[in-house]
Amino acid sequence: MLKGRVVVTGYGAVSPYGLGVQTYWDGLIAGHSVVLTDSKQLSTLKVRSHLCARVQDFPSKDIPRQHRRTMSRMSQYAYWAAREALEVAQLPEDLLHNGRTGVVIGSTTGSVDGLEEFFRNYITTESLDTVKSTLFFKVMNHSAACNLAQALGTTGPLLAPSAACATGCQALGMAAMLVASGQMDVAICGGTDEYHPLTTATFDIMNASSTIYNDNPTKSPRPFDSARDGVVCSEGSGILVLESLEHATNRGASIIAELVGYGTNLDSGHIAHPSRECIGKCIRLALQCADIEPDAVDYINAHATGTMQGDAAEGLALEDVFGSGTPVSSLKGYFGHAMAASGSLEAIACLKMLHDGLIIPTRNLDAPDPSCGNIQHVQQLLRKPIATAIKNNFALGGVNAVLVFRSSV
Amino acid sequence: MTDQEIIERVNAGLEEEFEIPREKLVPDAKIYEELGLDSLDAVDMVVVLEQQFKIKIREDDGIQKIRTLADLYAFILQKVATRPEQ
Repeated sequence: MLKGRVVVTGYGAVSPYGLGVQTYWDGLIAGHSVVLTDSKQLSTLKVRSHLCARVQDFPSKDIPRQHRRTMSRMSQYAYWAAREALEVAQLPEDLLHNGRTGVVIGSTTGSVDGLEEFFRNYITTESLDTVKSTLFFKVMNHSAACNLAQALGTTGPLLAPSAACATGCQALGMAAMLVASGQMDVAICGGTDEYHPLTTATFDIMNASSTIYNDNPTKSPRPFDSARDGVVCSEGSGILVLESLEHATNRGASIIAELVGYGTNLDSGHIAHPSRECIGKCIRLALQCADIEPDAVDYINAHATGTMQGDAAEGLALEDVFGSGTPVSSLKGYFGHAMAASGSLEAIACLKMLHDGLIIPTRNLDAPDPSCGNIQHVQQLLRKPIATAIKNNFALGGVNAVLVFRSSV
Repeated sequence: MTDQEIIERVNAGLEEEFEIPREKLVPDAKIYEELGLDSLDAVDMVVVLEQQFKIKIREDDGIQKIRTLADLYAFILQKVATRPEQ
């Protein structure tokens, strides 16, 4: 169990739908896909997949230059999302600076835009003369976390967990542990990432990117579907404000939900092939942490990215733990896989589902693949009271992370 | 390029890179105290000016003595006037 009770008091989102949690939620409710074909950039790289989902028209200039100069897009997304989360939380400004508010935000890497700019110049000129000092602060592995902390003026602990696609839930889970153990009162936490064509290329090299829907982008990705063919990469940021229950209650904060469980483990059987057994163990760890049995879970937000092996391993693990009676859906079919932001952005959607008693179905799931187990797929918008939900997040490298949220405190 | 054209290009570079409003770019303006640049900006200002005027100034001691825009203009005018032919 967590050593203390941890609640969510704020959330903020930047997604390919645009700015804000409501814009994101409205897009999901409407069933809109924001996946698009970007053949120009991706064909230059000779990448077979031409699909992606991008944050459009982001108002970078709204961020003061003093902070923006060291921020790549991923830091800017995190900053915008964090400002929204703090607004929702109504956190008094002075609490940012008292040493008890920390930042736990991760990304898959430092800015790929920045790395490309550096190496393009360096390799072309064999000189460092054109490198600006501010570039370094964009490509550090903790760039997003420290840029945000600097911009907000927080003085509590700063951590930047990086676990590829599981970064978002790992950041939330680690932040919850730190709050629960009294290391901080408030955590501004989550994941953020910026899209770069090389991200798609990485999955393409591993034969894990979606390639057969280039002319029909909204038909991909297809989590759990028989015709799925791989990942579509996207970007954004999902940031939560977590607080100890005592802290939130004492300041009269509105509580959105309680984070009651977190489980994480490592699958050392293979660096790229997830196993149902290890995923199942991770889910059970999270349920044990929450001190609940599987039948107490009302909804499962799957990681399911649309890959052949990943979806099958997760679906079978879900069947092993929950049987076929618990509704399951994945959100990747709407806006692709936002990498380090996926776990936290999708966690925010879970919180909205808990609040509204509404389950967002899996988009593009027309023919559930039997190899993904006998589980209760949600294929149409489902109204159902949800008291407890889990959020799965898995990564290459064998990292698994699962969160458990409860609607009432 | 005339001196005025060089000064205009310095100002345009500062306006674009550091988003300093044009009306603040007056010769008496103190670069750090009044225009708000700091040590990181100073490094990046050198990179911008080197690229803009095809000069090498990074290791020039004269940079350390620059306090106002007038100092900067004089420094750049002298460097441009004495730069090797391209």
